[in-house]
Amino acid sequence: MRRIWRLIALPYLWLAVFFGLPFLLVAKLSLSHTALAIPPYAPQLDLSQGLAGLAAFARALSFETYARLVADRLYLSAYLSSLWFAARATVLLLLIGYPMAYGMSRFGPRGRRILLAAVILPFWTSFLIRIYAWIAILKPAGLLNQGLSLIHLPPLALLDSDAGVLIGLTYAYLPFMVLPLYAVLERRDESLVEAALDLGCTPAQAFWRVTFPLSLPGLLAGGLLCFIPMVGEFVIPDLLGGSRTLMLGKTLWTEFFADRDWPAASAVALALLATLALPMAVVQRQQAKLAGEREA
Amino acid sequence: MRRGPGLFNRLSVGAGLVFLYAPIVLLVVYSFNASRLVTVWGGWSMRWYAALAQDQAMLDAVSVSLRVGLISASLATAMGLLAAVSLARGGRFRGRALFSSMVYAPLSLPDVILGLSLLLLFVALGLPRGFWTVTLSHATVTVGYATVVIRARLASVDPSLEEAARDLGCPPATAFAKATLPVIAPAVAAAWMLAFTLSLDDLVIASFTSGPGATTLPMRLYSAVRLGVNPEINAVSTLLIGAVALGVSLTSLAIGRRKEA
Repeated sequence: MRRIWRLIALPYLWLAVFFGLPFLLVAKLSLSHTALAIPPYAPQLDLSQGLAGLAAFARALSFETYARLVADRLYLSAYLSSLWFAARATVLLLLIGYPMAYGMSRFGPRGRRILLAAVILPFWTSFLIRIYAWIAILKPAGLLNQGLSLIHLPPLALLDSDAGVLIGLTYAYLPFMVLPLYAVLERRDESLVEAALDLGCTPAQAFWRVTFPLSLPGLLAGGLLCFIPMVGEFVIPDLLGGSRTLMLGKTLWTEFFADRDWPAASAVALALLATLALPMAVVQRQQAKLAGEREA
Repeated sequence: MRRGPGLFNRLSVGAGLVFLYAPIVLLVVYSFNASRLVTVWGGWSMRWYAALAQDQAMLDAVSVSLRVGLISASLATAMGLLAAVSLARGGRFRGRALFSSMVYAPLSLPDVILGLSLLLLFVALGLPRGFWTVTLSHATVTVGYATVVIRARLASVDPSLEEAARDLGCPPATAFAKATLPVIAPAVAAAWMLAFTLSLDDLVIASFTSGPGATTLPMRLYSAVRLGVNPEINAVSTLLIGAVALGVSLTSLAIGRRKEA
């Protein structure tokens, strides 16, 4: 029976070393402080001195980086602003994604197959390139403003602004919202809606009382699948946002690459992880349930 | 009886697709722009493709990205196959919850966290950063995607086929290879394609874990984009989009043909 370990040993070990262990290192580093050294932090664990080295190492760890993060208004604003960006983009995604997924589910089998492929295809093209494409559209003399001036409308300053970031987030994550919604809407039982209509509901009532409540699992899955990575997004705020756009992913990047403050970057990473742990657990539970249903 | 799409349904699907595709179409069209200014149309031209052929740094980055993608996608698919089989067929085993969360967590974790944690590992292990550290990192973060794709297909395969093969005297590995593997082969191919595409696309994790001499294509593109829009970037992007479109359609054709056969 324990033959399973022969199958699982390699991926288990691999993930433990390359995924599990690194998180312990991030935790450890967030308790260190910066130093003019390579790598640029102290204390370094010196195992050659045995237990004495370990004890000296443990004594040198401190929560000073966290204290610094909490005291600095910049980090708190970046944290709150990441959540705010992700929340607004999730609402926008729902407003665009729900009617789209619902509309797709109303097509015939052939139409549904083609539309599904059309929604998935952009996901295969490079994320960076798709965000880059928006720079040419949104910049001051860009394609959008050229179009607006053709119809005698005033130009919009969307690049390097919060609006630019929201457009980018909505654009990049739309397939992640549409697909889970479509998955539940496509399987819906039309006879339930007919029953509601027979019992005197208007079509709108039938939608809000039958179809919509039944699609809530897809809505939750889509919302979380978008919200979680958006909170830590780096490329979109960096390319489409302005210098004053604050998001944690960008803060972490700057701490690491520009300021070479590895302990601060690690502490930011842990704060991000702590925030996302709960929504991630919900997603995992739901995915496990789905996989279980399929295998049953 | 399902009602067909109404006007509102058609409009919302149409508008969504325009939103998804317009930026890509504009990007491709403007890669053939003769003007140096990306957003001012100066007539059709191939000059940026010619310039691209001379750009050695860009070509080197393409070659690095392709090699990283080939190796990391193969590693990820192999491990994803093992993980999918254990999760789908292994029943309950000790450490299953930990294993499945390690497999699936990278799917939703922000890239900056994954990149930073992998970098700290390589620093702690004293591995010099470069080609192999990027490759190992990509293999690690794409295992989950490969597992999801293969496991979904495995769920619809009847385990009794393999059991029959074992009853007839096949060793377990042979039974799997002869009875189950041919059925799930399209999913394994799709998993490889997905892992390869994700590796080719990644900027953040590569930036953390790469070192001198191993600049991937997204890293090269990113440093070019930071300096502003530039028609040569449109040209590279168009080639990349074309290659991906070709790869995806060939794969789905191959899978479609198998299903019909």
